[in-house]
Amino acid sequence: MDIPHDWFVGFSKSFGLFYLIALSIGITIYAFWPSLGNRFDKAAKSILDDEDGPARGEGFDPEDEPCR
Amino acid sequence: MMKFIRTLLKPFAAFFEGHAKAHYRLERHSMGLTVGIIIAAGVGGFIEIAPLFTIDDTVEDAPDMRLYTPLEQAGRDIYIREGCYLCHSQMIRTLRDEVERYGPYSLAVESQYDHPMLWGSKRTGPDLARLGNKYSDDWHVRHLVNPRDLVPESVMPQYAFLLDEGLDTESLPDRLAALRAVGVPYTNEMIAEADSDAMGQAMPDTERSDGVFERYGDDTAVRSFDSRPGRLTEMDALVAYLQILGRLTDLPEQTQILPEE
Amino acid sequence: MMSNLTGAERGTAMIITGAGVLVGLAMAAVGHGDPMGTHGWIVLAFSALLFFFVGDKVYDPEPAEDRAASYYDDPTKVGIVIALAWAVVGMGMGVWVASQLAWPDLRFDAAWSSFGRIRPVHTSGVIFGFGGNALIATSFHIMQRTSRARMPDQVTPWFVLLGFNLFCIVAASGYLMGVTQSKEYAEPEWYADLWLVVVWVAYFVLYIRTLARRNEPHIYVANWYYLAFILVVAVLHIVNNLAVPASLTGAKSYSAFAGVQDAMTQWWYGHNAVAFFLTSGFLGMLYYFLPKRAKRPIYSYRLSILSFWGIVFFYIWAGSHHLHYTALPHWVQTLGMTFSVMLLVPSWASAGNALMTLNGAWHKVRDDATLRFMMVAAVFYGLSTFEGSFMAIRPVNGLSHYTDWTVGHVHAGAMGWVALISFGSIYALAPVLWRRETMYSWKAVEWHFWLALAGTVIYVFAMWNSGITQGLMWRTYTESGTLAYSFTDTLVAMHPYYIARAFGGLLFLIGACIGAWNVAMTIRRMPSETPELDYPTSSESREPAVPAAE
Repeated sequence: MDIPHDWFVGFSKSFGLFYLIALSIGITIYAFWPSLGNRFDKAAKSILDDEDGPARGEGFDPEDEPCR
Repeated sequence: MMKFIRTLLKPFAAFFEGHAKAHYRLERHSMGLTVGIIIAAGVGGFIEIAPLFTIDDTVEDAPDMRLYTPLEQAGRDIYIREGCYLCHSQMIRTLRDEVERYGPYSLAVESQYDHPMLWGSKRTGPDLARLGNKYSDDWHVRHLVNPRDLVPESVMPQYAFLLDEGLDTESLPDRLAALRAVGVPYTNEMIAEADSDAMGQAMPDTERSDGVFERYGDDTAVRSFDSRPGRLTEMDALVAYLQILGRLTDLPEQTQILPEE
Repeated sequence: MMSNLTGAERGTAMIITGAGVLVGLAMAAVGHGDPMGTHGWIVLAFSALLFFFVGDKVYDPEPAEDRAASYYDDPTKVGIVIALAWAVVGMGMGVWVASQLAWPDLRFDAAWSSFGRIRPVHTSGVIFGFGGNALIATSFHIMQRTSRARMPDQVTPWFVLLGFNLFCIVAASGYLMGVTQSKEYAEPEWYADLWLVVVWVAYFVLYIRTLARRNEPHIYVANWYYLAFILVVAVLHIVNNLAVPASLTGAKSYSAFAGVQDAMTQWWYGHNAVAFFLTSGFLGMLYYFLPKRAKRPIYSYRLSILSFWGIVFFYIWAGSHHLHYTALPHWVQTLGMTFSVMLLVPSWASAGNALMTLNGAWHKVRDDATLRFMMVAAVFYGLSTFEGSFMAIRPVNGLSHYTDWTVGHVHAGAMGWVALISFGSIYALAPVLWRRETMYSWKAVEWHFWLALAGTVIYVFAMWNSGITQGLMWRTYTESGTLAYSFTDTLVAMHPYYIARAFGGLLFLIGACIGAWNVAMTIRRMPSETPELDYPTSSESREPAVPAAE
């Protein structure tokens, strides 16, 4: 391999840190984005009542059904 | 009969007709999630592992490093087959008590040609990294036949059947060739003669054994390992392997300074 | 069960199983005299059985029910039953290998029954057989419920479930014949590995297609964990199993990596198998079944997102803590240690999130053994992740590594966390799937719970004692500066703990047998009347939920 070992190690050590910080910030922003709160609450509650079969609301498209 | 064939072909018909409508919405959310997971998880592994492949700087240089002979490699394969690595490590750590108990700590170069490595993760039995020449062949054979004859407290299984199993040498050229494909520098001659060399190493003073010395060096241990010269058994191979452990290079003995505490 | 397939699906199933028969035959022919030949016969028998099973029903009338109105639960049901069968087999093997360490003559002198050959049957049996089937079965259930959509077709789920089990059978039978790559938790040889890749790709495609059909705007977080499990396990599996077969007609292959690179690759795999097979997927289970059973939404959905990314990101770096003080470069060891310690944050966030969900519903935990399974699983998850971070610290690892402490730690996670959350989920799921009000016997669930808890505690304490004792004995010096104990001295000291460990494992096994029996009785019991809906829900309106616009 042409890339020297020291370069690889240096890259690993420095880039890893920045990558970690950037990822943490990004995820925190996503998780606390105000307008998403409503959606999260709804998702958390939606699983409590899901045994009545697949929904067939406005998203329903008979073409999607595998068997007719 | 026709009905049956038609039933079988139905799904293909559906495939040809259904090309247009079979697309599913590859929508944003699930694909975004997929990509996110791959990036978050992939980068870490790559960064950690990639530098190790600039091997020249990771692994020491040992000019005297020798290869496993076909018989030793066959023994290594038996060691793997029987799961010995589950209870015996082959990695002496840089700790004072380990060095005093087992010998100089292990260097990366010593397992340079180990595909796969057998460093192990558990010591139900002792470490074997420097087992070679610590005990006689006879001790090993008797110990493998019934460990509790020699060490009454031992919990190791008996491997008496290895004495009765003839060694499969036919597949050795293929195996050495596969090892060369992954980076072990076996020569064409070594591969072609692997079968004969395996037999020769357990049959001293024959034409075959001369070939072993020629290809693997004068220090190669050539003898009947299970003390039954007439027959090449799996016991021969396993003991030959156990006796070479830690003796592929002298580098650790030459260079080892005081281990860190 | 096969009558629910449409004609076209029956045809597809016959083609796939027919191809399986041919592949098996080919393997048996070329691999004659090698374990690969035996595996060929196993593949052939497995495929032929399924071929005739489907063929028997091929001319049955087409199913008339309206599929759009219900979820497809047949593969889930079969998956649960298979998971329980593997639990009994895998844990039974575990008790046997544990007993061999206490009484080595229990091995009865056969070649196939030595510790080295049946230990992987135990580990693969419980991890892949029990854990894997439980994950696949619950993921089928959860992906449909949380998406409010039926799976796109009825063949792929069977292909995934049965194909995965074929892999498990080939793996387990191979170990008994000595077919192993020696890579822990990745022992199966090249052809089994290739087959798993095919199955896994089908699994991923099925998951994504189901999610794509969903009628909910948001993908529920449990699916994230399952998706991470599927994706990362695929990457780990492919990289760690790169190998060159010695011959295409034999099982033996040699790893593409050697020495220090192989060690790093193996433990990168090994630790992330813990992360993404034994943690991520089971957290998906936890995030679905715990709120569901407690009838309370998860305490903080945002926290579950944060800890998800934390786990995905941190775990992948942690593998090198398996190689402290070895020939692995020092900086990689330090990196692994650092990330292992940081990993505690998302791990405890998940465990805390689960326990806070139960806060205010402790009376339910007291009364309902199923919920108690999940609660104790979350507690053990918290404990063993703390222990794991602690053990990854270099000097601590210097003591614990190579000893039974590691074994104890793994089992605190595997029994206390993975098995308990799986059993809890199965107890929550079985009545739903088979349309029963409850499990057949609530007393049996109680018995199972206490046996499992007692077994885990005995096991873990025995291994802590044994591991720390052994680690300390290895490094004890006499006054004159020589090592105080020989290796055999430590073996003698281990003996009582090995007996205690086998006993703890036996209690856990008995619990699993009771659980399997209880599920079997739940299935057999005929209900007096079939409820009108899938399951009596608390929904007032009894109308299918329609996603509201965001």
